[in-house]
Amino acid sequence: MQAHYGYKDGSGDYFIIIDTDRCLECAHHGCASACPEGVLEIILDDYDDTVAAVAEEHRKKIKYSCAPCKPDRDRPPLPCIDACTPGALTHSW
Amino acid sequence: MAEYWRWKEYRWHDKDRDWRSGKLVTAGVDVGSVSSQAVIVVDGKLYAFSNMRTGSDSPGSAKKAMDWALEETGMKLEDLGFVVGTGYGRVNVPFSDKAITEIACHARGANYMYGPTVRTVLDMGGQDCKVIRCDERGKVDAFAMNDKCAAGTGRGMEVFADLLAIPIEEVGDLSLQVDEEPPPVSSTCVLFAKSEATGLLREGWPKSKVLAAYCSAMARRVVTLLEQVGIEKEFAITGGIAKNIGVVQRLEKQANVKALPAKFDTQIAGALGGALFAQNLLKKKLAAN
Repeated sequence: MQAHYGYKDGSGDYFIIIDTDRCLECAHHGCASACPEGVLEIILDDYDDTVAAVAEEHRKKIKYSCAPCKPDRDRPPLPCIDACTPGALTHSW
Repeated sequence: MAEYWRWKEYRWHDKDRDWRSGKLVTAGVDVGSVSSQAVIVVDGKLYAFSNMRTGSDSPGSAKKAMDWALEETGMKLEDLGFVVGTGYGRVNVPFSDKAITEIACHARGANYMYGPTVRTVLDMGGQDCKVIRCDERGKVDAFAMNDKCAAGTGRGMEVFADLLAIPIEEVGDLSLQVDEEPPPVSSTCVLFAKSEATGLLREGWPKSKVLAAYCSAMARRVVTLLEQVGIEKEFAITGGIAKNIGVVQRLEKQANVKALPAKFDTQIAGALGGALFAQNLLKKKLAAN
């Protein structure tokens, strides 16, 4: 499943996309602990799969929650994407 | 004072069937931000439903919707083998056995309503909009949801119905009564769109033209969300806005896709999906005992 968490508003599209089929392959889910803002959490989804998801409290403000990891220049790799070994995680912006 | 936004609440049950002869009696309750539905399914077939506005009290709205669905059926709450709560207020359904997200429930409900060929479901709800891609079993393959902005939602349309003093059920038809399609109003915010519409009325635009401009903007807004996930045929629309022909026709044109005709009330998709999930969960529960 391609889960698109986030929103569109007047300023753009802000989605974190999680491929839960790939996410399932991962045993340790390092993405959640790698995120300094606690944007990601590990949940049991509607189909009883243990996968990463964007925490409810961040879904309407991820543009701001993720901003500290996205400086204007000299942008390092995002810690969540770096930690996601199966390559299940992408950001739309 | 007339409330033009107020849509008709209603209930239905299958008078030709006796639920007592069924083995699996389950229900789904969808407590949305604007409307609440309760659906009862007997042996995998739709038996009864209610559809009403959500009040300020989510548990109370869930109970009212369920009581209304049960009315005239001779069924009591205790007769339901399993109840699934879904929607915005899913964790506030006091009598539910499990809460499941509206994403999964809408996909499942649409699979029942439109058949197993449906692959993309657009749910245009009261205060959010969801695009769901699903497989032939109604399992979610991909989804995107926009619940941050009221543009492209039922509440936005209610605001316009009130502004123009047009009953909400007539908005779609009236918006099609234009000789030429006007440019869409500002689609980024309902508040900006409303002030823009007020200006257009002052300029002498007829109400039908203003509505056409708003329906077009709403369709454009939703098409961008559809593109985020990608449209696969067959395509279906659920939720209250699916009843608005003005938005549906414009959306079909802009997305270059034809929506499947609705065989059931489009607003009950979430609760129906919940009731179908409940059937499987009840089967598992009975097998475990």
